[in-house]
Amino acid sequence: MYVIVVGGGKVGWNLARELISKEHEVTLIESSRSRYLAIVEELEHAVQYGDATELWVLERAGIQRADLVIAVTGDDEDNMLVCQVAKEKYLCDRIIARVNNPRNYDHFKLLGIQPAVSATDLILRLIEHEVPRYGLVHLLALEEERLEIIELEVGADSLVIGCSVAEIDLPEGSLIISVLRNGTGFVPKADTVIEAGDEVLLVLDPGLEETITSRFSTGHPGA
Amino acid sequence: MFVLIVGAGRVGSAVAKSALAAGYEVSVLDEDPLSHERLDAGQQKSWEDSGGEFTLGTALEVDALIQAGVERADVFIASTDGDNTNLIIAQIAQKRFGVPKVIVRVMDPARAAWYREQGLQTISPTQHAVEMFQSAMQPEKT
Repeated sequence: MYVIVVGGGKVGWNLARELISKEHEVTLIESSRSRYLAIVEELEHAVQYGDATELWVLERAGIQRADLVIAVTGDDEDNMLVCQVAKEKYLCDRIIARVNNPRNYDHFKLLGIQPAVSATDLILRLIEHEVPRYGLVHLLALEEERLEIIELEVGADSLVIGCSVAEIDLPEGSLIISVLRNGTGFVPKADTVIEAGDEVLLVLDPGLEETITSRFSTGHPGA
Repeated sequence: MFVLIVGAGRVGSAVAKSALAAGYEVSVLDEDPLSHERLDAGQQKSWEDSGGEFTLGTALEVDALIQAGVERADVFIASTDGDNTNLIIAQIAQKRFGVPKVIVRVMDPARAAWYREQGLQTISPTQHAVEMFQSAMQPEKT
């Protein structure tokens, strides 16, 4: 696979190194001359000097034949522009953009730049995953496919305790895909009985979160 | 006619002043307080006293754009010093807020040309300068 990585900061440089070690062909584009000189010592021909928002710089890097363009500069406008041009002008099938400021996420979405990855959001999700008091955790949202994967903790007085998976009245468009119990996960069968303290992973259509929560959480008499 | 100008450097502030003088309703958004002084400079009355609006904020922040009046803008001018910022906020004004007329300053002629093909009204001062140099080099016609 031929990958163009834009932005030779910590993220871009490490990404380029990893991709090269996985035997992908990589061109890293860095716009700071001093930064470029440091990177070229290690990556040699796999790094080019230039501002990747200039079309000729992208063309020099061979964007016409790139399978994947990853924009990870520290500037959200630059990342959006590089990805938009890669996708719409050079018809690159796959792009990945870094979101520096989570408040800019809507702009990436508006311009059709997906996936857009925000380190802040990723860390927040990890925190939510580690701290169960949130009750419901969004693990993954596949926006194009309109699917979500969520995690729920079964509270001590949840109504589903003692029920088998088949007995739980789940809404149309949702499915239990995994149960985490005492630190190990397994794929449940219809006769798997849910216990207090289980963490249940579900895949569902967006918008079903509340119905699902009401089935599992405490205090709600199940809709 | 309500004009929102984002980025009041030399170009943006001059356009803002002339639009106000021409009787338009003008709002300016800039992240640098100095640009407000630029609007006042050389004028007899302050920018606000002359009827202009000024919002201090970053162009990419939706709240700042809304405060500056993007939702009722008839014309949106993106004239910050960053080509990419201008191109992104212009698309936000056009696609998210439905501003009917969006004009973008893009220094790089190549980017200006491609985004013009995509339906943005781009102005490239660099391209104009190149053309002026080219015509200035021509021998004087007698």
